[in-house]
Order: sequence, then structure tokens, then C-alpha cells
Amino acid sequence: MYRIRVHGRGGQGVVTAAELIAWAAIYDGRHALAFPSFGSERTGAPVEAYCSIGDAPIRSREPVEAPDAVLVLDATLLNRPRIFTGLRPGGLALVDGTAPPAVAGVPQLRTVPASRISLARTGRAMANVPMLGAFAAASGIVSLEAVHTAIEKRFPGPVSQANRDAVDEAYRYLAEAARETGEAAAPTAITAAREVHHVA
Amino acid sequence: MSPEPTLAAPRRPLEGSRAVAETVVRCRPQVVPAYPISPQTHIVEGVGALVRGGELEHCEFVTVESEFGAMSLCIGASAAGARTYTATSSQGLLFMAEALYNASGLGLPIVMTVANRALGAPINIWNDQSDSLSQRDSGWIQLYARDNQAACDLHPIAFRLAEELSVPVMVCMDGFVLTHAVEPLGVPGQEIVDRYLPPYAPCQVLDPAAPLSIGAMVGPEAFTEVRYLAHHRIETALQRFPELARRYAKLVGRPAEDLARGYRLEDARTVVVAMGSVLGTLEDVVDEARGRGLAVGAVELTCFRPFPAAKLRELLVDAEHVVVLERALSVGSGGILTAELAAAGVGTHARITTVIAGLGGRPVTAKALRKLIADATARRLPPLDFLDLDHDLLRRVHTRENGR
Repeated sequence: MYRIRVHGRGGQGVVTAAELIAWAAIYDGRHALAFPSFGSERTGAPVEAYCSIGDAPIRSREPVEAPDAVLVLDATLLNRPRIFTGLRPGGLALVDGTAPPAVAGVPQLRTVPASRISLARTGRAMANVPMLGAFAAASGIVSLEAVHTAIEKRFPGPVSQANRDAVDEAYRYLAEAARETGEAAAPTAITAAREVHHVA
Repeated sequence: MSPEPTLAAPRRPLEGSRAVAETVVRCRPQVVPAYPISPQTHIVEGVGALVRGGELEHCEFVTVESEFGAMSLCIGASAAGARTYTATSSQGLLFMAEALYNASGLGLPIVMTVANRALGAPINIWNDQSDSLSQRDSGWIQLYARDNQAACDLHPIAFRLAEELSVPVMVCMDGFVLTHAVEPLGVPGQEIVDRYLPPYAPCQVLDPAAPLSIGAMVGPEAFTEVRYLAHHRIETALQRFPELARRYAKLVGRPAEDLARGYRLEDARTVVVAMGSVLGTLEDVVDEARGRGLAVGAVELTCFRPFPAAKLRELLVDAEHVVVLERALSVGSGGILTAELAAAGVGTHARITTVIAGLGGRPVTAKALRKLIADATARRLPPLDFLDLDHDLLRRVHTRENGR
């Protein structure tokens, strides 16, 4: 099982980001479960959402406490506690921005200018959609094609192409960054074997 | 044995609320009064959008002024012979309470989704099952969904059951945990639902052309008999629900819902009983415990009203310790489900204890359930326990109150 936690603020599309990762994983033929953890439902308030991906049906509905990946849509949240709590050692940490901020205990933190890409491509600074492309490139857990399908289904019509372009640009940004540092952005296998017993 | 060909639609990524809305529309309700309340709102919004989009013809979607208005309108529409549906949560369900008893007393087959949420005060929008359990004596059938696929599949069965028995049905699904979760879900196709659920044929309708009164006054001479008959009528669901669920399952090619189900009960000495979405995490933890050689199992209760006493006795016959994981608290008494199980004769030969868990949206985590099972198998559980209780917070409250 691969677990993702998305952090951001109300109005930034945190819940949508987690949902679209689940959509993409499902289009890739995997099982996925995404759900939000609502605090007070106010614009600007910190919000987190979860997505679990596996090769078997996902039964557990607990919040993601030990993520394999943490995606942060708003860098102003980085000084808050809990953002990277439980992140698996060496796990993926992606934040919206241009220069990686130093966060103690998270040396692998990487940035993608998701808001900037979104503003240029769609006219709105919504970090959530480019972050999907960045996540696909950096994790290999979902395919770029599946992210495209998810975008088309979720945002049909003229906004679809602009959002797909934003996804592609963020994907390329992360793929190039990975090449420069010699890191592999290769697909990752999910190891999730589970016995299922049903008693009639 | 090769599986029978079915008309099952492929699973696609859907929010639980949306999948329920689509399934309800396939059931062709004719009147849907709607009033929003979190975490139910997405369901009636979804139904409303589908009606407006022309996906459901001959349906009156009515935005009403309150939940009391919603259920009152359901009563009127259902008494006039329309298939009727609504959804609510929490305080909204309480505001309907008076009308709920009238709906069941009049034998009206209304189907309602309850997106389970805590009751205030203090105000809390998050999930537990206090709301629907507070209406356990309202004369409605109550079904609890373990996951979103079950939440979908229970709706066509609920309409069929309600109309066959002339009893209203609540389909209860955990708020946020299910209603707001996105996962691969199969919505039954229109052809399947049409084949399964015939048009509503009421045995009695209010009709201005042939006026009559229903629900007129009944005095002491017959009121007991009215309630006796209602009790025996709702109890027939204990036979009809599993049968109707099997028929539906055959059409969609999924395992059938049942009154209650056992999970890894073979030689299980400790068995945890629960309702709703906690079952998924619980079954994962049971698997882990089995991997460590602990004789642990689980029982999922789907049908809470009528209460399947015989089925539960049968499932729990070999258990030495029954742990009842409750998502609601009867203040001043303890576990609601525990009391029902004890009255059903479970616990005569086994120890039965209560664990109150996940009130007001506190997550029921695998970690907490692991500790619960360890405590249970080591016989460390008190008769009434509270999962993940914050003892430091309680101490601070005690200190403050004593210092006053």
C-alpha cells in the first residue's frame, strides 16, 4: 500500500488533489481510496486529505499517519507542526515553490513551481493540478496518461487542455530535476499482499 | 463454477455520496424533498443535479424549509402513492423525529439515507452513529453500510423491502468517512434496478376522488394491538432482507448483504462486534492478530432494526469474550448495541464488554484497535471502556473543577 497525505488551505483544491490521484490510480487499474480530514470548513484554514493506493481492495479507513508521500500546496504551512509527521524515511516530500526551503528532518524535500505553472497555463494560481503531474513524475505511482484521463473527466470542456498542459509542465520539471541530480523517476511497485477471508 | 453473467457496470472512481445519489435515481423515486445538512448535502445535491439534468423523469425534487418539512412532505407524497426518498444527518434527523414515528405508524415505505453524524451540544459535524441510534424505537428498519459499495447496494434493496412490507427504511452510512470518500464503485445499471425493483404499487392511497382518513385516533382498546402488529410486521424483514439481498447480489454479481456477517470466526475466542465503516480497519487488524496466532474474529451487524437476535446468537455461539465496538454512547447507561446483544441472549455463556469508539469524528485507528485486541485477549478490558481516551485532558478538567 502506498499512502499520500496532501496539505494545503481551504480553497486550494487539497481534497480535489487527493481525489484526482485516486481517480488516476483507478484508471491505471489499481485500487485507491481518497478522503478528506475537514477541520472547520473555512477558506484559508489548513486542510489535509489522504489517498491510499494498492493492488488489493483498500479496507482501512483511518487517516494516513505514516505517508509514503507528503504533498504541500502552500509553503506557508511548512512552519506548522505535523506537516511531515510520520513520513517514511526517504519518502517523497513535494512542496509548491521554486527554491527548496530547509525543513529539519526532511532533506529530500523537493519543490515544483506549481502555482506559477498553473497561473501561466490556466490563469489561476491553483497548485493542486500541476502537483499531480509532479507527483506522477517523482513517484511513478500513477501514470501521466491516467492523470490526463482524470483531468479530462473532472474538468471537461475548454479548461481541460490548459490543465493537462499544466500537468505536463510540472511532470517535465520534476523529470528534468531528477535527471540533473541522477535520481531515478522510475515507476515504483506497490507491495501490498493481503489475505482475504470471508466466512459465510 | 463459472460466475453467472451479470449486467454489472464496471467500477469507476466516485465519491460515496455521488454513487448513492446515482443509485437512488436508478430506483426512480417520484418525490424527493431535500434539505441540506453536512455531511449529507452531497447526496441530495447529486439527486437534484441528476433530476435537473433529465436523468430521472417524473420526479418532483422539492427544496423544503426544514427537515421537519422534508419528512412531512415524504409522508404526504408516500400516502398519495409516490415512491419517496430523502436524506439527512444529525440534528436534521432529530428535527424529523415526530414525523418519523408518523411515517412508520402509517406504514409508509419511505427510504431515507442517514449520513451518520454526532449530535450536539457541543456542536460537532463529524461522524458517529448517535443520530440514527437515537431513533432506534421509531419503527423504521435500520441498515448500516460497511463501505460505499454496500451503501449503494443497500438502496435498491431498501426500496424493495420497504414497499413489500409497508415499512420505512433508513440506510445509514458513516458521514465523511464514507460520504466524502472517493473509491472505485459500481453503480447498478438502470436495467438491473428496473428488473429488481418493480414500480411502486401501494395497497392504499389518499385520493381526493375517494376520500378516506389514515392514521385516525386509536384508543386504549386497540393501540397495543396496533403496536403488536407493527412489531411482527417489521420482524418479517429478518427473513425478507436476506432473501431480497441475495436476489440483488445475483443481478449485480457481488456478494450478498446479510443481516449480520462473521469474519474469521473459526475457533475465535474473542469476537469484536461493530456496525459501519469501522469494519474495514477492524478486519485488517483481525488479520494481523490472526497472523500472530491470536484467536480473534469480527462480526459485522448490517441490520440493526429489526434486531437479528437469532443470527447473532448463532454467529457468537463459540465466543468466550464478545467486545462490542460502539460508535454511540447512551449517557447514563453505556453501549446501545451491548444492551441489545445482552437482551438477545449473547453473553449468557460469554463475557460481553463495551468499547465506546470514534465519537464526534475521532478516527478509529488500526493502532488503537491493535491495543484493544491485545487488552481483550489479555482480559484487561473493563465492562465499559472508551477507546483512545485522553486521560491528561480529563485530569486537567478535574483539577480545574476541583479548584473552583
